[in-house]
This record gives sequence, structure tokens and C-alpha cells, in this order.
Amino acid sequence: MKKLFTKGTALAALAVAGTLGAGVTAASAETTLTVVSWGGAYTASQQGAYHAPYMAANKGIKIVNDDSASGALAKLRAQVEAKNVTWDLVDMVASDAITACDDGLVEQINPDKDLAAAPDGTPASKDFFAGTLNPGGSNCFIPQIVYSTTFGYRTDKVKVAPTSVCDVFDLKKIPGKRALEKKPINNIEWALLCSGVPKDKLYEVMSTKEGIDKAFAKLDTIKSEVVWWTKGAQTPQLLSDGEVVIGSTYNGRLFAAIEEKKQPIAMLWDYQVFDLDGWVVPKGGKNTAEVMKYLKFATDTQRLADQAKFISYGPARYSSGPLVGKHGKLGIDMKPHMPTNAKNAKTQLLFNYEWWADNRASLDERFNAWLAK
Amino acid sequence: MENTTAPATLVTADGTPLKASLQRALRQRRRQAFMLVLPLLVFIFVLFIMPIATMLTRSVDNPEVNSILPRTVIALQSWDETTGELPSEEVFKTIAAEFVAGSQPGKKVINKVGKRLNYELPGMSSLFRTSTRKIRRMKTGPYREKMINIKIVGKRWADVATWRLLKREGDPVTASYFLSAMDMRVDSKGEIKSKPVDNQIYKFLFVRTFLMSIGITFMTILLGYPIAYLLATLPMRHAALLMILVLLPFWTSLLVRTSAWMVLLGNEGVINDLLVWAGFLGDKSRLALINNRTGTFVAMTHILLPFMILPLYSVMKTIPPSYMRAARSMGATQLRAHIKVYFPLTLTGIGAGTLLVFILAIGYYITPELVGGQSGVFISNQIAGKFDSGNWGLASALGAILFVFVLLLYAVYDKIIGIDKMKLG
Repeated sequence: MKKLFTKGTALAALAVAGTLGAGVTAASAETTLTVVSWGGAYTASQQGAYHAPYMAANKGIKIVNDDSASGALAKLRAQVEAKNVTWDLVDMVASDAITACDDGLVEQINPDKDLAAAPDGTPASKDFFAGTLNPGGSNCFIPQIVYSTTFGYRTDKVKVAPTSVCDVFDLKKIPGKRALEKKPINNIEWALLCSGVPKDKLYEVMSTKEGIDKAFAKLDTIKSEVVWWTKGAQTPQLLSDGEVVIGSTYNGRLFAAIEEKKQPIAMLWDYQVFDLDGWVVPKGGKNTAEVMKYLKFATDTQRLADQAKFISYGPARYSSGPLVGKHGKLGIDMKPHMPTNAKNAKTQLLFNYEWWADNRASLDERFNAWLAK
Repeated sequence: MENTTAPATLVTADGTPLKASLQRALRQRRRQAFMLVLPLLVFIFVLFIMPIATMLTRSVDNPEVNSILPRTVIALQSWDETTGELPSEEVFKTIAAEFVAGSQPGKKVINKVGKRLNYELPGMSSLFRTSTRKIRRMKTGPYREKMINIKIVGKRWADVATWRLLKREGDPVTASYFLSAMDMRVDSKGEIKSKPVDNQIYKFLFVRTFLMSIGITFMTILLGYPIAYLLATLPMRHAALLMILVLLPFWTSLLVRTSAWMVLLGNEGVINDLLVWAGFLGDKSRLALINNRTGTFVAMTHILLPFMILPLYSVMKTIPPSYMRAARSMGATQLRAHIKVYFPLTLTGIGAGTLLVFILAIGYYITPELVGGQSGVFISNQIAGKFDSGNWGLASALGAILFVFVLLLYAVYDKIIGIDKMKLG
């Protein structure tokens, strides 16, 4: 309807321009794109790096932010099933994007056709980090950033600074409350790493009942001292309030607490877990053609690098890395704060989408049962 | 003798029989009355009955295998799963063809099956995702051999349990969501068994929701009864003031009241600070009043209290004071008069309040979520979690159980006290 209207007006304007022979430009018909993201600092970084420059270059486009990305999977499903899709573009973590793709809620993407090539001509399919365009074998997801789940601790409340993720499980070395995410993901991996399982055997061990028992036994040793979080903003708050001495969260949240709010907090990068966040295009959206144009722009090399000016997440393209510069307001070099920086990524894990897609439902059940009892 | 013959039918002025005319007038009246309530009926149907009905059907709806692999389902009917042997090459060929058909670019639906079956048997998700890629490249048979030899995941095609599951879930209606909601599952042999102890959670949460709701209802009676009594017996001037105190929180948003309790009960909250300041507690031994059962208990009792007080008040208001005076004049003590005369008269109010508070309590979501921590969350929090993670079938099954439970309560109440005796105000 809207598109028809736009076309109609343009035609009418052309006709008028033709008959009058004067320089009448097309009427200013506007297309509004509703972009769903996480709100707060994250949406602000997208506004600064993607939305604002796109709107400046394309006068007919208005981008509206909708901060309902948490729980977006359920809401998107409801919209698609009711055949009333009001969202044009949705920001999701990769694991949710895989589910959305499996369930046919989002459009499939052809990277080399739909996405911009690198400045040196490398096609998009080769320029995004290997495997990030099709996590778990899906092909609906366009990654923007690599973020990591890692630990922050209160420099003034620990006697010895933690050096390894296993210090989280050591109540003698680091006494006091610790914050962990209310999910089995990451916690199981860390618990097993600290029970002596080597990194390359991790998912093999996790596929056995004994392995999972072992992980829960390790988590049992700190259960009484854990505060469980569900939203990324909680850990920085808990650390600032002194409710916990150490806690896991997304690295960008810790950057904001340390560098922007100057809290006495430091990073522990040991065995940070990399994950991806990016875009999916809902099926049956009303402005799909316009969104695809926007998407090509917003995921090009320069735009992804620009986002790092606003938030400390790593761009998901090889070609964007060298372009990462200084923080927009603080003026500090952002490269050392990227989770992908070699110094920070000495030990790391990559979110295993395939394994968790298979085992998440049953492990969530066990994890919830373990928590409730 | 004309007046002894049977009277001719009475007619109105225009000649139609009176009976018919009267009926027409009544019909018109009824139609008018119906038209008046029609908007309400439409509203209730569209926004209440229909959504609940569609949600309930999801708890047994099982379209994935049946609609995406229809020919495989038919082919599997002739396969005898009890022999322990794999299905024939024909079945493998059929499913391979349906994998290709179900993974056409732009209309990829095959992974829906994998996701659905993964709820029953972990590993199905990756089996379907990986197999799709490999099967699309197979141009010729033998499909059985080729599918079994797919790297890493292929061994699942050689497992009879996979095929049993496919055959079982080929039915467009399934009981597996309800089984899961009752901590049970169908094992690889097709028998209904309890889930492993470590994975049992829903029964436990249903019981907890039920017990805590009873506790909360009991607390509201204990606290609400004296307040309602005061409201009903105090002089009007004081009663009005007290009534405002009851109604103000009642009119305040649920979220605001819950947040207020977070401020009061927190580790660094008002109550703990006061106790530490007054020297009752050491700074290190602050009470854990929130993010546990206590938090849910306190906050929900407060929030649901008006729902007990108001029906009690409306019943007490109708009890004539002369009854008590009569009892006293016949020699009963104040206490005895209360127990023997006043209290039985308030039972309908207690019944109404109990039903109201209890039904509201077992469906509560936001308060336990915010102040309940681990030990104070209800089944509703799990239902919400299942919706968020995309398992709407299980969420619906859990919801349906809760729904049936409420209806049962209502029926029991009707049997014992009589729903027509319920007084809400």
C-alpha cells in the first residue's frame, strides 16, 4: 500500500513535472523502517554508525528504533503467524537467529548478492569472519559484531587479582558473591575447563551424562555464592553496588563501567566466550526491498568499523579490523578493548551453536531443576 | 348458553391472536436485549475465548512431521518397529526426496522437523541440518547406505530410535508436550517413563506454586479479617479513612508495589539498614529477605490483600449488629458470640476472598519473577520462559494444566459453598 502510494505520487509528480516542464522534484514521500535492537548504548552505537549516515544520504527514509530485541524471537513468531509483520529488521544473537531461520520466520540471505564487498573487492562471503554468515548451518544471519561473555572484578574488593577463569570457582582465593548468567551456556564450559577437561575435548565430554554431572558438581561448589543474572546490565550494576566481587557479562558492558563510568573494575579476559550479534530480515515485512538496500550499506566495511567508535565490540569483517579507531567521546584507542584483540584473545572459546542447538532444551531443563532445588 | 361454549381465541385490535402478538413483542424485547450485549459477546469471543482456545490446541498440535514429511509417514506405517531392524531402502529414498523438497531455497522447512524432534531426542536438530546439505548432493542411491555414512551425525540414521520417533511423531496430534509438562517422556522403546530425576522440574514447581498460594491465601485471611471487621464496625468517619488506606494500594500499579518491596527488602534495603542501625543485626549478617521465597511471600500477600478484604467487608456490612447483641443477651461471652454467630455468617465472604486470592496467586508471574530469586519462582515463570525460547507447545501444555486446575477449584467451590452464594461486593 505504502509502496503503491509512493510510486503513485512519484508518477503524479513526474506527470506534473512533464506537463509544466519545470524543475518540480518528486514529492517527499517517506518510508519508515522499524529497526528492532537492544536499546541503550547498543542502539545508540547503531544510530551513530548506521542509521544517521544512511538517513542523511537517503532523504526519503526514516529509521525508527524499537528497543524490544530481548524476547524478539517470540514476538517475531507471533507477528509472522498473525501475518501482520510490523518490524523491518531485527537484531538478534546468532543462536536465536538460527531458530528463527529454522522456523522460516526470516528471509534467507545470499551474501555476495545482498551484501557489499570489501573495499579491495573481496566478496562478502570471504570477508566476514569464517563461519559467521552461516552459524549452525543456517543462512539468514548477517553478523555485525563479535562480542564476548567474560568476567569483570572489583579491584578494591579482591585481595589477589584473579588471573584465570578458574578463580571464579575458587572461594578461598576470591571470597564473596559472584554473578553468573542464569543459563547453562558458558557456565557448563567454564565449570568443565576448571575440572581439568582440556579445551579440545570439551564438547565431547559435554555429550556424555558423566560430563554434565561433573559440570554440575563443579557448579555446586559455588552455588551458594552465586547471584544469577538475566540481563547484561545487571552485572556492572551488581559490581558497582558491591553486591558481587566478580561477575560475567558482555565485554561492552564492562567497558562502559570501567572507561565511561570510571568504576574500580578490571577485566579478566581468560576464556572469554565469543558470540555473534547481527541482523535478520523478518519474512513478510512491508519494506523488504528498502531494508535490503539499507542492510547493504549498514554492514559494509566502513560502517562496521565505525560502530566500534561507540561501543567496544569487534566488527565481524576482516577488512573492518584495521579501520577501528578512537572512541567517539573518550578519544581512547579502541583496538586494545576489542575482544578480538590478540592480547585479550589468548585463551577463548567460540559459542558452539550446533552443540547447543541440539542440547539446549534438555540442559535448560536440568539447569532450571538444579537451580530450583 | 353462549358463554359456556369454549371461548374463541382472544384477538388484538388488528385481529392477530393475542398469544402470537405477545410472543412477537417478547421476541423483539429479547432481540433488543441481545443486541445490547452483542458488543460484549463479540469482545469476549475475539479477545478471550478464541486466544485461549488456540493456545490450548497448540498443546497437542503436532503438524511438523506430518505436513513436511507426509510420504515418509505413510511409508513408515508398513515398517515394524518392534523387530529392531532399520526401515527399507524405499523409506530412506522417500525421506531423502522429502529432504530435497523441503529444503528448496526460499521455502526451507525441513529444519522445523529437526527442531520439533529435538525436544524429544537431543541431537535431532543437527542431524536434520547436516543431513540436508549432504542429501541435496546425493544424486542416486543407495540412500540407506549413504545417509548412514554421513560424517558424525549419520549414525543416528542407523539408530532405530530415530525412526521410532519419526513414526510416533508422524501423528498430527501428540501427547508428548503434556507428558513433558508432567516430567515424563516416551523412551526409545515407546514406553512412557519418568524423566531422569535431575531433569524433573514441572511437578515440583506446580506443587510449590500450589503450596505457596495456599500459604499466601491463608496470610491474607489472617491479616484481612480484622481489617475488614474494623471497616465494617467502626463509625463511618474512621471507616472511610481506613477504606482509603486499603484502596490506595489497590489502585496502585502492581509493578510499583513490587518495586517498593524491592527497596524495602533488599540486602542494602530499608529493613536491613534499620535492623543494622538499631544494633539487632551485624553488618555481615544481614537478613536475606528478597530473591527467595520470603520475598515472594511478603510481596504477594501485600498485593493480594485487598482482594480478601473487600469481599469480607461487603459480607460483614450486611450482618446486623443486633445478632451479636442477641447472642450476648442470652449469656454468650464476646468470644463465643463471635465464634458461634458472627464467624459462620462471614463464611461466604471468606470463601469468595479465598477463591479470588488463590486463583490470582497461582497464575502470578511478575512479582515472583522480580523478587522470587530461585526458591520463590512459580510455574508461570517457566511458562513464560518456554514462550521466549520458542517451545510454545510445552508452554501451552503447562498453561492448560494450570487452567484445568483453576476450573477444578471453581467446581469444588461450587459444590461446597455454591457459586451463587459468592459475594464480591
